[in-house]
Amino acid sequence: MSPKTLIEVNDLNFSYGTRAILKGIDMSMSRGQVIAIMGGSGSGKTTLLRLISGTLRPTSGHVRFAGEVVHELDRDALFSLRRKMGMLFQFGALFTDLSVFDNVAFQMREHTALPESMIRDLVLMKLHAVGLRGAQHLMPAELSGGMARRVALARSIALDPMLIMYDEPFTGLDPISLTVIGNLIRRLTDVLGMTSIVVTHDVQESLKIVDYVYFIADGVIAAEGTPQQVRDSVAPFVHQFVHGEEDGPVPFHYPAPTYQQDLDLDPKGMPVV
Amino acid sequence: MFKRIVSGIRSIGHRVIESIWRLGLASRFFMLVLLKSGTSFRRFGLVVRELYYSGVLSLIIIVVSGLFVGMVLGLQGYETLQKYGSESAVGTLVALSLVRELGPVVAALLFASRAGSAITAEIGLMKATEQLEAMALMAVDPIARIVAPRFWAGVISMPLLAAIFSVMGIYGGHLVTVIFIGVDEGSYWSQMQSAVDFRFDILNGFIKSCFFGVAVTAIAVFEGYNAPPTAEGVSGATTRTVVTSSLVILGLDFILTAFMFRGVS
Repeated sequence: MSPKTLIEVNDLNFSYGTRAILKGIDMSMSRGQVIAIMGGSGSGKTTLLRLISGTLRPTSGHVRFAGEVVHELDRDALFSLRRKMGMLFQFGALFTDLSVFDNVAFQMREHTALPESMIRDLVLMKLHAVGLRGAQHLMPAELSGGMARRVALARSIALDPMLIMYDEPFTGLDPISLTVIGNLIRRLTDVLGMTSIVVTHDVQESLKIVDYVYFIADGVIAAEGTPQQVRDSVAPFVHQFVHGEEDGPVPFHYPAPTYQQDLDLDPKGMPVV
Repeated sequence: MFKRIVSGIRSIGHRVIESIWRLGLASRFFMLVLLKSGTSFRRFGLVVRELYYSGVLSLIIIVVSGLFVGMVLGLQGYETLQKYGSESAVGTLVALSLVRELGPVVAALLFASRAGSAITAEIGLMKATEQLEAMALMAVDPIARIVAPRFWAGVISMPLLAAIFSVMGIYGGHLVTVIFIGVDEGSYWSQMQSAVDFRFDILNGFIKSCFFGVAVTAIAVFEGYNAPPTAEGVSGATTRTVVTSSLVILGLDFILTAFMFRGVS
């Protein structure tokens, strides 16, 4: 593992019971990069994030984060590893009983012995970075979807992590918020020297900001490359996904008996008497 | 026919195994809550905050219900006792009924409906909106930070609420029998004072309410934490909290009463 590599995924397999979700995934993610993981709904993208964060244990294979095999760590070591990670959930997952300020201050108060005056300054800096310093007194219920995600982003960079994972950060946002979140991901990664993993379906927005893309389909890496390679790709799956085509390697129809069989029609389309 | 019988037996077996499995899960969860309670005591402010939500906010329903239960007890007690010319013992009847039984039991039932359901719904919704997972990913244990403070707040508030319920009931009985009906005030209080024993009545009532507090809040936090993360999941868990707590309170009450008052005249 080269010193530039932050995360290495080796022959990773994961199943829920007998249902295989991920089958032999290999990945390597360098420090300072924004990496996109794309794939259809239910392709195992979020499961991959949970395996990286140690919320799930792989069936076989391993994830190595900063040199440590995640699933082999005991609870205390895993918790100290997680202090180096941040996660942005699809809808923010802000603590609804705490104000914006207290949400961002949460980790600082839990994990550090910093005086309250310093916490205040740090929280305001984090909120300023996402443009919401003025919203510090609001409660999560008073925020729009885009604002909630920006607050969650400020919260996830509270302790300056080495890695931030974004689970569908663009879902349900208006075009302005979409650009804001996309640019924030890129800018914060560059300024703070972090690594970002963005799990998304949003091809066009993410191709603007990422350094490398992995496509997952049916639990395997179907394709990978830089944004330019992805745009130029003629591989059927990548082409279908990037251009949003209705039918292709990912079929429009869920597997079923033929239409004629289901409607009791003969091969000519006439009802069977 | 044979197939239906077999499938019937199988479904009963399945339910029994499911219940035992769930009981095991609940016991394991309960032990985890106890083991991870250190944070609650080191940062007692977390418990105090929850004391407000489960204890203080339950006060109105406890005070009003206690008052009315005491008034009804006074009225019914007076009607019966006056037939035997012993209406002066109405204070004793009201106090013993409340301190031994109705105080702990009714207060616990009200607590389960008011605070238990709120705890389940809150934790269940935190789970459904990924707040608990977010917390775990921030290296903060949700059982220590969210569940344990709510559990201890419930355990502390339950005996206090039961005591307040009993006191309000005694005043309710006083209002009806002494002030409205005209039973002698001196005998209302003095007979009560001589008949109510600190060890057998008050202490046992207190112990009962402690048991109920542990049972109700343990059920509430367990159901919330294990609620399926959907709207139906959370609503089902909230209902289960109230139903299971109520049954457990009544069952426990019988067992505790059998142990406490066996052979006591």
